[in-house]
Amino acid sequence: MSATPPRPTCDVKDAYRARNTHDNVVKCPAVKVVGMTPPTDTHCPYCSLQCGMRLAADPVEVLERPGFPVNRGALCGKGQSAAALLDPAARLTVPLVRDRRGTRRSGELRSASWDEALDRVAAGFTAIRAEYGADAVGVFGGGGLTNEKAYQLGKFARVALGTANIDYNGRFCMSSAAAANRIAFGLDRGLPFPLEDIPRTECVILVGSNPAETMPPALRYFRELRENGGTLIVVDPRRTRTAEQADLHLQPLPGTDLALALGLLHVLIADGLVDTAFVEARTTGFEQARAAVMAHWPERVERLTGVPAAQLREAAQKFGTVRTGMVLTARGPEQQSKGTDTVGAWINLCLAAGKAGRLHSGYGCLTGQGNGQGGREHGQKADQLPGYRSIEDPAARAHVARVWDVDPDALPHSGRSAYELLDSLGQPAPDGVRGLLLMGSNPVVSAPRAAHITDRLRSLDLLVVSDLVLSETAQLADVVLPSAQWAEESGTMTNLEGRVILRQKAVDAPAGVRSDLWLMRELAERLGVKRGFDDDPETVFAELRRASAGGPADYAGISYDRIRAEDGVFWPCPAEDHPGTPRLFLDAFATPDGRARFAPVTHRPAAEEPDAQYPLYLTTGRVLAQYQSGAQTRRVGALNSAAPGPFVELHLLLASRLAVVEGQPLAVTSRRGRAVAAARITDSIRPDTVFMPFHWPGAGRANTLTNPALDPTSKMPEFKVCAVRVEAANTPKGEAA
Amino acid sequence: MNERQIAVVGAGMAAARLAEQYQARGGTARVTLYGAEARAPYNRVLLADVLTGRYDAEAIALPVGGARLRPGSEVVAVDLDAHTLTLADGGSEAWDELVFATGANPVLPPIRGLRRPDGSGLRDGVHALRTLADCARLAEDCAKARRAVVVGGGVLGVSTARALAALGLAVEIVHQGPHLIERQLDAQAAAALRGGLRALGVEVYLRNRARALTEDGSVELAGGYRLSTDLTVLACGVRPRTGLAHAAGLDVGVGIVVDDALAASAPHVHAIGDCTQHRGAVHGLSGPAWEQADVLAARLSGADPDAVYTGSRPLARLSAGPLEYAAFGAVHEDDEDQGADPELDVLRLTDATRGSYKKLVLRGDRLVGAILVGDLATVGDLTRAYERDDPQPDQPLHLLTSYGVSR
Repeated sequence: MSATPPRPTCDVKDAYRARNTHDNVVKCPAVKVVGMTPPTDTHCPYCSLQCGMRLAADPVEVLERPGFPVNRGALCGKGQSAAALLDPAARLTVPLVRDRRGTRRSGELRSASWDEALDRVAAGFTAIRAEYGADAVGVFGGGGLTNEKAYQLGKFARVALGTANIDYNGRFCMSSAAAANRIAFGLDRGLPFPLEDIPRTECVILVGSNPAETMPPALRYFRELRENGGTLIVVDPRRTRTAEQADLHLQPLPGTDLALALGLLHVLIADGLVDTAFVEARTTGFEQARAAVMAHWPERVERLTGVPAAQLREAAQKFGTVRTGMVLTARGPEQQSKGTDTVGAWINLCLAAGKAGRLHSGYGCLTGQGNGQGGREHGQKADQLPGYRSIEDPAARAHVARVWDVDPDALPHSGRSAYELLDSLGQPAPDGVRGLLLMGSNPVVSAPRAAHITDRLRSLDLLVVSDLVLSETAQLADVVLPSAQWAEESGTMTNLEGRVILRQKAVDAPAGVRSDLWLMRELAERLGVKRGFDDDPETVFAELRRASAGGPADYAGISYDRIRAEDGVFWPCPAEDHPGTPRLFLDAFATPDGRARFAPVTHRPAAEEPDAQYPLYLTTGRVLAQYQSGAQTRRVGALNSAAPGPFVELHLLLASRLAVVEGQPLAVTSRRGRAVAAARITDSIRPDTVFMPFHWPGAGRANTLTNPALDPTSKMPEFKVCAVRVEAANTPKGEAA
Repeated sequence: MNERQIAVVGAGMAAARLAEQYQARGGTARVTLYGAEARAPYNRVLLADVLTGRYDAEAIALPVGGARLRPGSEVVAVDLDAHTLTLADGGSEAWDELVFATGANPVLPPIRGLRRPDGSGLRDGVHALRTLADCARLAEDCAKARRAVVVGGGVLGVSTARALAALGLAVEIVHQGPHLIERQLDAQAAAALRGGLRALGVEVYLRNRARALTEDGSVELAGGYRLSTDLTVLACGVRPRTGLAHAAGLDVGVGIVVDDALAASAPHVHAIGDCTQHRGAVHGLSGPAWEQADVLAARLSGADPDAVYTGSRPLARLSAGPLEYAAFGAVHEDDEDQGADPELDVLRLTDATRGSYKKLVLRGDRLVGAILVGDLATVGDLTRAYERDDPQPDQPLHLLTSYGVSR
């Protein structure tokens, strides 16, 4: 028991009210004396920081955990209020099924026993498989699932269902950065260094990332960077709260980050700031990359991006003249139909400046989802097997098949990427997926062209959703399975640093709720696979370690005990006596020749550029008090009152041109649909661009509008750029959000 | 070998862009660039800064996609019926599609003593600045020179003078017009620019014509006054290279005449870049040349066979240290024109201490022209507003100053 005297806890509502005085991080100074059980060390259920927290069980209360290095005790309002999700009133506690007449869904979801629900699922999948083949059953996972669940879900798809069609919403998260990382460095880990290195570098370029709202406890690293005399450059079409703290804010047109990066490299070359010794010793492909940037001189880039050439020069000077520096990207440059090339161009900048593979320098991606990193390493992705292995690599197939005790030839090959999978739902055989198991995702809100995807989900023969709440997608399901969450079960996550952390069970799940691991075991058994699926997380993790051993993301030496003792372990960690790898590439890059590869990339327009009919850009993003599709945060009172609904952010010049006033309902129309939300007028966005947050369903759903144009390499949809028309919504009563 | 052949006559900026975009848009035919120069395509826009040493000559090479390069292979004749072309070395090549991207030549002004006595070329100490070879020769001369005269005070002349001054030369510009860059700048903007040039050590003589080069290399003005100099650079504009197209029988005006499909007057023959004349316009700028290349690449690759080029809204832009300007559109409309055109509105902002000058020309609520000199903080928004033809508020001050708005 802590000796600290009890202090009052701070109310989350108050915390939000006070949020903007200095800092969005609201530290809750409470160490509350609770019952007899000591609080459990665990982590926040939300974003990729995976902030450390302690959870008291009786009453359930979030406490600070100052000893954990990532957040050093700080939590944002989402983390502080996380315990609200454990309230049985907020969530599902019993399986639900919907009866069918023929092929038509009829009636409401009704309560059912687990046996009835699981029998229905197994019978349904078996029938679909018999009629259309194994690939007609699909699996859609999530970047919020623990490593154990993601791993076992991949195995479940390949072994129990025998389907190639498994993918997950992480495809919408950072697949472009992942692809670019692998091309350039031979390895994809979001950050090649711990967050604590950020204040020790001299210049950071933050591209399309708004940590002040999306991961507030990380903001302190950037503030410390500046306090140490370092420079922060922010690239964003909006002057976000993060951009307000920058030394230099570049405000390009949506979809032009690639041209901007090429322009910066051009200036670097022209100003003689290329680290030629580094380029010669540790990279390949500079000549081709240089030719591409020669076609992007400052005045041309100014025309493409709207960023004045003088600002381009200033940024290149700031980045190029210091010894150490980092470029960090997030969804802004990545969620584009050229996301992989865009990230490649930013990596080129790091390589040319000699700012990669060296202490306190490098390129990194700020992952979004809680387990965005680990979720893509262990087989949840259509083209991958555990340990970040390629499913098309015969040696990888043989290794994993051995661990799984199956015939390598029985393993399916690559399946469809997330959007392609969703787009195929309910389509006729042989291409259509007729039955879907969906776990930890809410595509009705989060997929691009969401109205179309909603129709596709509705057209399935069997939709099975495992979730902790009745999400908008679960509402369409034939079978809804109430799953345990976060504090009710143990499991590891891999945060944006590549640090494997342990969420420990702190409270019991409500009666009627089961874990996803248990669910997979039960379903596998009903599908005739009696062995190989376990419901104990640590047992599953032990198998994951063996399956990942020798792969790029090697977890073989990581154990629950080590994670507890070491505040997490960084992969790769191939053996129990290996210290883990907080910093990658210091000696060599993970390519066959040890050299990083320049990408010969060139700018191209967005898949959809504004025209006379749709004259404005729409870009989308998150707000402080909500998370992803809002399935969790919209159910937390304090968060919901802080950010109660969707809005359309627009510049005051545009507002005056459209003759609209603050709060007025605006109709935003794209080629894919129409959304209505209240006007929020600001001077912080480009006048040719409007912004909508994407957390809400219904009339104000931003993803009704977004464009599913895919990046050819990563299959990332173009969430961040599409063309829209905006007008005052003279809507029938009740339509306005 | 029945691979479809696209022959591009010329290997300059338009040709390189076409080749690069043709591959990017998925084109599969074999593209060959035939260039008279001995090197691979490079970015001509950067030549002034190759002269100053900011770029290495080798470092400004442009990407060409998967195209085959034939440098030092000048095309001397084309046969539009036989679909062949003849090279200077006598070789012959077949093509299925032919693209003229022959560019432009510097205009040589009528000045006595410009050429060598035997007429074989420009005499020693006299330069043009169009190619990397020109640039190398000029740089060599600059190394032993103290004074330079630039004949012509247009876009190229000003940028060349700036580069020469950066090398430490005392530079004089001789310009026939009433003020510098008179096609793109108004008198006040040109005066601000002239002030900036003076600060760099560049003197400007307006309404003056160079008449002759004397024996000792001085430049003699029409009024008889002589400017002593160590070298002379001619910057009197460019003229489309159309000789080959003309000889082949294509329709040629000032440039090779093309339609919105960038088709010349024979089937399977196209033209792009500085050598073209489209709807009467001849540009000589990289922006329009690349827009044309992009359209032709979309058509030939099959990515968008119906793509059309409907013209460009070119922008004059220099940014070199303290010397920066941007200008486009109807910049010569003035306050006195407002009587005749009540829709016309001219906004100006002059800051003598900072040497900046800004002018917006609006017709109704549309921006139809603008000049920025010295302070280009709003250049991004300004060019967007012009290109997109967006309606503007009553007093679009955000386009004049970044104060009070987001940037």
